[in-house]
Amino acid sequence: MNTLNELKCTFPARSENESFARTMVCAFAAQLDPTVEQLADLRTAVSEAVTNCIVHAYRNTGIGSITVTVRLLPDSVIYVRIADRGCGIADIEQAMTPLYSSAPAEERAGLGFTVMQSFTDQLTVTSRPERGTTVTMRKKLLNGTDPEAGC
Amino acid sequence: MVELRQEPQKLTAFLSGELDHHHAKEIREQIDFAVREQFPPVVVLDFGHVTFMDSSGIGLIMGRSRLTEEYGGRLEIHNPSQQIRKVLRISGADRLAVIRSRVTETPQQEGKEPEHEYAQ
Repeated sequence: MNTLNELKCTFPARSENESFARTMVCAFAAQLDPTVEQLADLRTAVSEAVTNCIVHAYRNTGIGSITVTVRLLPDSVIYVRIADRGCGIADIEQAMTPLYSSAPAEERAGLGFTVMQSFTDQLTVTSRPERGTTVTMRKKLLNGTDPEAGC
Repeated sequence: MVELRQEPQKLTAFLSGELDHHHAKEIREQIDFAVREQFPPVVVLDFGHVTFMDSSGIGLIMGRSRLTEEYGGRLEIHNPSQQIRKVLRISGADRLAVIRSRVTETPQQEGKEPEHEYAQ
C-alpha cells in the first residue's frame, strides 16, 4: 500500500469522542478537496464505526481505547481503519444483517454496517472474540473543484 | 439539542446540532416525556437545524414511530437535509413517517409564547 499521508490517533471509547473522531477524519480527508456530499458520506460512515466500538466493544469491561488510522492512498482514495480491543463479534454475518442489533433496548437501529457499506466503496470487518474488532473502509473522493465531479 | 412546542393536537420537537449516539438519549427522553403527557395525535420531528445525523437518528425515529403507533398517533419528519434524507433512504426509515420539506415553523411562533420549552 503506497501511503501518501497518514494520521493515527488513539482515544478512549467515550461517546463524547464520536463527534471528534468523525470530524478528525474529515479534516484529514479535506486535503483531497472532496465534494460536500462525499465528505458527508465519509463522516457518517466513520461515525457508525466509532459508535459501534463505544456501544458494544467494552460493554462488559472498563472503557478501553479506539485507534483510528487514516491514510491517503494514490488516486484520491482515503483509507480508514477503526480498531478496538474489546469483546469482538462472534458472528460477523449476523452483526452485518440490516436491522439486527445486539442492543435494541438502547434504540440501536441495527443499521451501522449498512450505512458504512452504502457510504463507502469497500468495507472489511475482522474480529476475534475477546481480542477486538477492526473495521477498514476505502472511499475514492472526487475533487470538488473538478468540473467532471458533477458538482 | 431539542426544543419542544406543545399544541392541543400536535407536539413538535425542533432538533438541532449533531444527532449521534452521544446526543440521542437525552433528546429521546425529553420527547418521550412530552409525548406521554398529552399523547398528541401528531408528533413532528423537525430536522431543520440538524447539521449531522447517523443511524442513531434512525433509532430515534423508529422508537418514536413505535411509540406514536401504540396510541394511534402519527409521526412526521420535517425539513431533513440532503445528508439526512440519504440516511433515511438507505435505512428505509422514509417509510415510517410522512416527510415534509420547507415547513417553516419556529419554536416560538409570532406573538405566542411556547407552553413548554426545554433546552439541553
